[in-house]
Amino acid sequence: MQNGKVVSMIRFDSVSKRFPNGTTAVDDLSVEFSEGGITVLVGSSGCGKTTTLRMINRLVDPTAGTITLGGRDVRDLPAARLRRGIGYVIQQAGLFPHRTVLDNIATVPTLLGWGRRKARARAAELLEVVGLPADAGKRYPNQLSGGQQQRVGVARALAADPPVLLMDEPFGAVDPVVRALLQDELIRLQAELRKTIVFVTHDIDEAVRLGDQIAIFRTGGHMVQCAPPAELLARPADDFVAGFLGSERGLKLLSLVTLAGVPYEPVGSVRSTATVKEARDAAAGRWLLVVSPDGGPAGWLDTGALEGLPGTSAVAGLALAPARGLRDSDSLLSALNETVSSPAGVAVRVDAAGVVTGVTGQDVLHARQRSLT
Amino acid sequence: MIDLLSQLAAWLTSSGQWAGPEGIAQRLLEHVQYSFLSTIVAALIALPIGLFIGHTGRGAFFAINISGFGRALPTVGVVTLVFLASGLSMTPVYVSLIALAIPVIVTNTYAGMIAIEADTKDAARGMGMTGLQSLWRVEIPLAAPLIMTGLRLAAVQVISTATIAAYVSFGGLGRYIFDGLAQRDLTQVLGGAVLVAGLAVTVDLILAGVNRVLFRHRLT
Repeated sequence: MQNGKVVSMIRFDSVSKRFPNGTTAVDDLSVEFSEGGITVLVGSSGCGKTTTLRMINRLVDPTAGTITLGGRDVRDLPAARLRRGIGYVIQQAGLFPHRTVLDNIATVPTLLGWGRRKARARAAELLEVVGLPADAGKRYPNQLSGGQQQRVGVARALAADPPVLLMDEPFGAVDPVVRALLQDELIRLQAELRKTIVFVTHDIDEAVRLGDQIAIFRTGGHMVQCAPPAELLARPADDFVAGFLGSERGLKLLSLVTLAGVPYEPVGSVRSTATVKEARDAAAGRWLLVVSPDGGPAGWLDTGALEGLPGTSAVAGLALAPARGLRDSDSLLSALNETVSSPAGVAVRVDAAGVVTGVTGQDVLHARQRSLT
Repeated sequence: MIDLLSQLAAWLTSSGQWAGPEGIAQRLLEHVQYSFLSTIVAALIALPIGLFIGHTGRGAFFAINISGFGRALPTVGVVTLVFLASGLSMTPVYVSLIALAIPVIVTNTYAGMIAIEADTKDAARGMGMTGLQSLWRVEIPLAAPLIMTGLRLAAVQVISTATIAAYVSFGGLGRYIFDGLAQRDLTQVLGGAVLVAGLAVTVDLILAGVNRVLFRHRLT
């Protein structure tokens, strides 16, 4: 995004949608959704985000303006042909209850005339891709849990390997734990597949979690701001956006920024195989980091507890306060959390292999946070 | 009472009563034939109507009202009317039986179609199915249990009502009822009624069984 031009896969040009009853669902929308990224459309209900999504595969036709997909006007193709080239996932999955899971997934390949055997083989392959057991294929949708049904919905959308995926509140109907799981899966899948995804949600946390780009809509069909999540959180365009992002905007921003490049300082430590005497010698303050044989943090040792113990006895077996090692890919927020919850008041840093490299204090984290806005 | 029941049993079980061109077997065959033909023709007319209004959502008000009107028509009245207009033939009987069966099939088909979740139809369209593909591959299979129920109800109603063929001098199990009434032969009337009821219940059970087998995985 810094240099070179972004190939715009989906482009809206002055698009409006007014319904016959006079309501305006989308008002003069011009925006580009970049190729290979997840664009999240977010806003409260009735803000036009779903209508915007449905105009891409022509489930809704705009009353003004043009929408192009890879440079071609979406109206160039017959609607049904266009839709077979675009994956579509909806809330509650919208699975066909009279068809087996395998046949559900094979829907688009069958419509494209792949032939039964090839379509079924592809469907079986996709079961694995979305993390479902092979024997789920023979079942009917109502025999699966909500989360599993949603996975089938994603598999069905991916079946013909379309470059574009439209997802309309796909995880809105599952409980928070399953939703987080499905979000992780989507991030994992997207890292592999690099689809151009347009994702509608009313959950700003979901948007921040998934989006490479977030478009915020306001009632009346206006898009207020479209930006990468970190930019959105750091510099909301107006009070509406700031309000929508919520009072924990600062924390959300911290959750997006990683520890990469955040400095750490060396820390005194002992191996968990050390003796009490060695621990006493190494101690610089009240809390001493104990490192397990594999190099990872075992926990914090309260050196006050060493009083009165024979110097030759082992450190192993003494009570330790938990210490979690943070990698460069972890967020500032998790590091900040660690400084609050660990007794030593610092976050333990580890390298990619999980070996302790040092610690980072709150002051350093705060400095990094201030540099963002 | 006991007397009547034993006479009825004797009437139903005597072998002479079953055989011959005016025997029960022949009358039963005629009755099934009238009913079957009427139900099939009614289905051919009613199914497309019900599917059309269910799929498009258009004309529902009109069709449902016409159906209601059809249901309110007295069958004997229709028979008499068509008989007066067209003369003595099976036409009045078929017309009235078909008119009786159409509303049940239309309303059940329509009910089956509108019971399909909007999400499911939306998904069918979003996957790239044309209107006809969505109808054949998604909507009809999903509406099938209720469509079958409509056909079953229609068949049972037609069987019960097909006795009117005898009213205009044709055969079927109604023969025993009308002849018995004319001859003040209560056993014969009762025998005919029991046979009609038995046929209706049997067909109902068979079709219910077919329904259950066809749609067994939908029960949950």
